[in-house]
Amino acid sequence: MSEAAESRIPVTVLTGYLGAGKTTLLNRILSENHGTRYAVIVNEFGEIGIDNDLLVESDEEVYEMNNGCICCTVRGDLIRTVENLMKRKGAFDAIIVETTGVADPAPVAQTFFMDDDVRNAAKLDAVVAVVDARHVQQRLKDTKEAEDQIAFSDVILLNKTDLVSAEELTGVEAAIRKINPYAKIHHTERCQIEIADVLDRGAFELDRILDLDPEFLKKAEHAHDHECGPDCDHDHDHDHHHHHGHAHDHDHPDHECGPDCDHEHDDPHSVKSFAFTAGDLEPKVFFDWINQVTQIQGPNILRMKGILAFKDDPQRYVVQGIHMIVEGNHQRDWRDDEKRESRIVFIGRELDGAALKTAFEACVAE
Amino acid sequence: MPVTAPLDTDGFVISANFLGDVAAFASGEGSVFFAGGPETQTPVHKNGLLCATPSLDGKSLITGGGDGRICKVNADGSVEEIAEQPRKWIDIIAAGPQDSVAYASGRTAWVRLKSGEIKEFQLPRAFSGLTFAPKGMRLAASRYDGVTLFWVNAAGDPQELSWKGAHSLITYSPDGKYLVTSMQENALHGWRLADSQDMRMTGYPGKVKSVSWSAKGKYLATSGAQAAILWPFMGKSGPMGQAPLELGVRGDSMVTTVCCHPKEDMLAIGYQDGMVMAVRFHDNAEVLLRRPGAGPVSALAWDKKGNRLAFGTEEGAAGVITLVD
Repeated sequence: MSEAAESRIPVTVLTGYLGAGKTTLLNRILSENHGTRYAVIVNEFGEIGIDNDLLVESDEEVYEMNNGCICCTVRGDLIRTVENLMKRKGAFDAIIVETTGVADPAPVAQTFFMDDDVRNAAKLDAVVAVVDARHVQQRLKDTKEAEDQIAFSDVILLNKTDLVSAEELTGVEAAIRKINPYAKIHHTERCQIEIADVLDRGAFELDRILDLDPEFLKKAEHAHDHECGPDCDHDHDHDHHHHHGHAHDHDHPDHECGPDCDHEHDDPHSVKSFAFTAGDLEPKVFFDWINQVTQIQGPNILRMKGILAFKDDPQRYVVQGIHMIVEGNHQRDWRDDEKRESRIVFIGRELDGAALKTAFEACVAE
Repeated sequence: MPVTAPLDTDGFVISANFLGDVAAFASGEGSVFFAGGPETQTPVHKNGLLCATPSLDGKSLITGGGDGRICKVNADGSVEEIAEQPRKWIDIIAAGPQDSVAYASGRTAWVRLKSGEIKEFQLPRAFSGLTFAPKGMRLAASRYDGVTLFWVNAAGDPQELSWKGAHSLITYSPDGKYLVTSMQENALHGWRLADSQDMRMTGYPGKVKSVSWSAKGKYLATSGAQAAILWPFMGKSGPMGQAPLELGVRGDSMVTTVCCHPKEDMLAIGYQDGMVMAVRFHDNAEVLLRRPGAGPVSALAWDKKGNRLAFGTEEGAAGVITLVD
């Protein structure tokens, strides 16, 4: 398995509403001379201006798995296309999947975890959303998909920033941050971005969950600041302020939304994120809980990530989840220069933050 | 003692077949390689070869590719383009009676008749497998939530067989009484066509990607487990209520490809680690035909007499094993 894991082809999923600039980004990636050969799976050939042998059109085919779970869906067309691509393994180095504007990103992501053949051949690198700075607020009001795409993303290109005022941009970014405080946001015009900021992110690699995203901790605490509201126990918040010396290294627009937050609470956004920290956990209690919570609330959990300290265990344990799928593994020994603690974040709909927090804290070892 | 004549191809071996006495190996990179013929290799598809199946007369190989072309490759190395769907990946193909060929991409399937006439068939969701009925011009298509049976030449509504879930590979029993599909959920589903009775065949740890009917259609051999699983189809109700045979059991490798002997109650089994064995049904007697190596076995085929076995692997190794001279 570990040998197979190393040879797996990285997959980047591009999402974003119609007109946001996905095709522009795709053309940019493909035309840049970086020596990487891409197989590209698109919904329709449309405006792809690049002559690429491994450009394949694929109609979205969402399959429900016959296990009685409504959120266990995969994309049948991707399973087949990846299988076909694996017959030409030497012809490309990475796969890019462009989804339609209205596509639900969950089945796309889940395909890379739930189908054994796909999982052995390919690994999800990151979900990248292209967001139109000018129209996203309206999209968020009108549709659930736009919100899902943002909630699911690891990287967000806030595009067409030249078409909005600085003030509008701040508001848009705050709206995005409310849905997903953990994604890396890049401001772009015409999708101008360093390709390295989009590709090879390793966002789903358990080993890299934290290494890759130093904002993980900081954002978790900001999430607390403006999401937990009345349910939030402020002692706890205060508690994990202390050990993040690097927080001020980053400019974070998260700060800006603080004061705005209150009067946006009745907006249509139903996706919220929650982050909790605790000390050493009792593994059995934690696993029982996380399995139960993902089974029962799976349909409402869009993403979950965690780095955990288990009692009497010198190694960090990392977990991540999409809906009902949970995977976890030991990562490495805790280092002396890092605070040993357990942290977990949830992004989802209709989640009871207070209940999750209580349950998570109940996993703490005696 | 079996003798092996090895052959290197340049890619994933999609299929191995005997065209008369010549063994033909279709490579995912786009060429067909030959053993025992006048040519050793012929390029067929520019953008990857995705599927291949022998014509019913056994004289040629029908291939589909990422270049949207459907080709007929003969044992002498000649290639004939028989149809094209520009910009489509043709990854499903079936050979039918009277030199007809069916192929599909996405939600459309086409049947090209000998005359050159092409008929088109649509489904609301993607085609995922095609096969012709053993008798009559009837095309069976697997799809999400079941199977659709089209009459190729006659008007009339297609017949639908429903079973929830994603069906992929599809095969008719040689007597035409049963239709069996493999499913996304590591199971087979079957229908007794006389009364549309459903049959569930479950218990596989992996997806079933290779199936083969034994001589006279007595058993359906399948991959997807650490043994070849053979479902009995002799009785009136097929495998219902009966235990399958488990042949060539190994604790350390999955079966990836199966191919029943054309005459004897015996089959060739290819494993994930590259091993090939021949196993007899009645006593499970095993003969090692190839040692592990060079990737999972992805293709197996007996010649008409059952004296030679062609094999290929995902990493491009191929060859012909002669059992009897």
